[in-house]
Amino acid sequence: MPTNQLNGRTFEVDAEGFFTKRDEWDEALAADLAPLIGIELDEAHLAPLRFMREDSKKTGVTPTLRRMQTVGGFQVKELFDLYPGKPAKKMAWLAGLPKPVGCV
Amino acid sequence: MTTTLPEGFIIPDFGPTTTRREPEAGTAAAPSASTAPVPAGPRKIAFICSKGNLDMAYPALIMGNAALGEGVEVHIFFTFWGLDIVNMKTNHKLQFTLAANTAMHMPDLGRLRPGLEHASMPQALGNLPGMTGYATRMMKRMMAQEDVPDVPEFLDLMQAAGAHMYACKLTFDMMKLLEADMHPGVEGVISAADFIEISEGAQVIFV
Repeated sequence: MPTNQLNGRTFEVDAEGFFTKRDEWDEALAADLAPLIGIELDEAHLAPLRFMREDSKKTGVTPTLRRMQTVGGFQVKELFDLYPGKPAKKMAWLAGLPKPVGCV
Repeated sequence: MTTTLPEGFIIPDFGPTTTRREPEAGTAAAPSASTAPVPAGPRKIAFICSKGNLDMAYPALIMGNAALGEGVEVHIFFTFWGLDIVNMKTNHKLQFTLAANTAMHMPDLGRLRPGLEHASMPQALGNLPGMTGYATRMMKRMMAQEDVPDVPEFLDLMQAAGAHMYACKLTFDMMKLLEADMHPGVEGVISAADFIEISEGAQVIFV
C-alpha cells in the first residue's frame, strides 16, 4: 500500500489516495488536508465529517449522502454547498475513510 | 499551511477544483495526465425519461444521482409516460408489471427448490387480477431493503443535489396536465427544441 506524507505525518492510502487505516486520521490531519482541495475546515465543515466517523465505526462502511441526510440529519443541499463538486468523496477523504461505494 | 501537494502525494480525483501539482519545468511535452485530452467543459449528462413504470423510473434517478455526486451537470427531460414520475398525483403510485418482462424472476422461489429463482415467470401470470399490485409491492420492498428512496423522495434528493428537471410541453398539453401537480424540482415545461438546446454538449441517455 502506498503512503502519503503531509507536514511530518505519514498515512497509508489506496491506489486512488483514500485512507485505508481509520486510526491514522485525526481532526488535525483533516485540517491540514482540507487546503489541498481548497477547503477551509470550520465547524460547519467538520460536523458531517464527525458524523461519518461515528457512523462508519458502527456500520463498517462510509455513509452515502442519503444516509447523511436520513440518519445524520444533514441536508444534501448544504453538503453540496460545503463540499462542491464531489461531496461524498471529498468528505470521505477528509474524514480518513474509504471511498464511498453505495449507489444512492 | 501548505496548499500545494507534496512530492509523491496521492490524492483522489476530485475534479477541477483540486489543487494540482505544477508540472515541472521542461517536462511540459512529456505525456502525463495533465497533457491528456480533456473535454471542453465540465461533464454534462442529459436523461430522457419516456416510461412511467416503476422499474423505468429508477435508471435515470439512480444514474443521475450518482452523476450529481460526481460533480456532473445533470438534466432530465420527462416526456410521454415518463411524466408520471414528476407528476405528484401519480409518482407515489407507479407500478411494476410482469407483463412482457421475460426477465422476471422471484428470488424467494429459490427456497422452494434451488434453481427456481432463475426461472422466468409465466407471462400469463401477469394478467391475473392483483398481480401487478403484488409485483409492485414486491419490487418496492426489495428497493427499500437496498435503502433506495421511493420516487417522490428521490426527486427531493435530486433537486437538493442540483438536478435540472423539465416536463415535455407536447405531452403536457396532450394529457391536460397541470403545472401545480409537478414536483417542485421541475424547472419548466419546455419544448423538444428547448431540450435539444439545453442538452448541447451533453451525453444523452434515453430511458
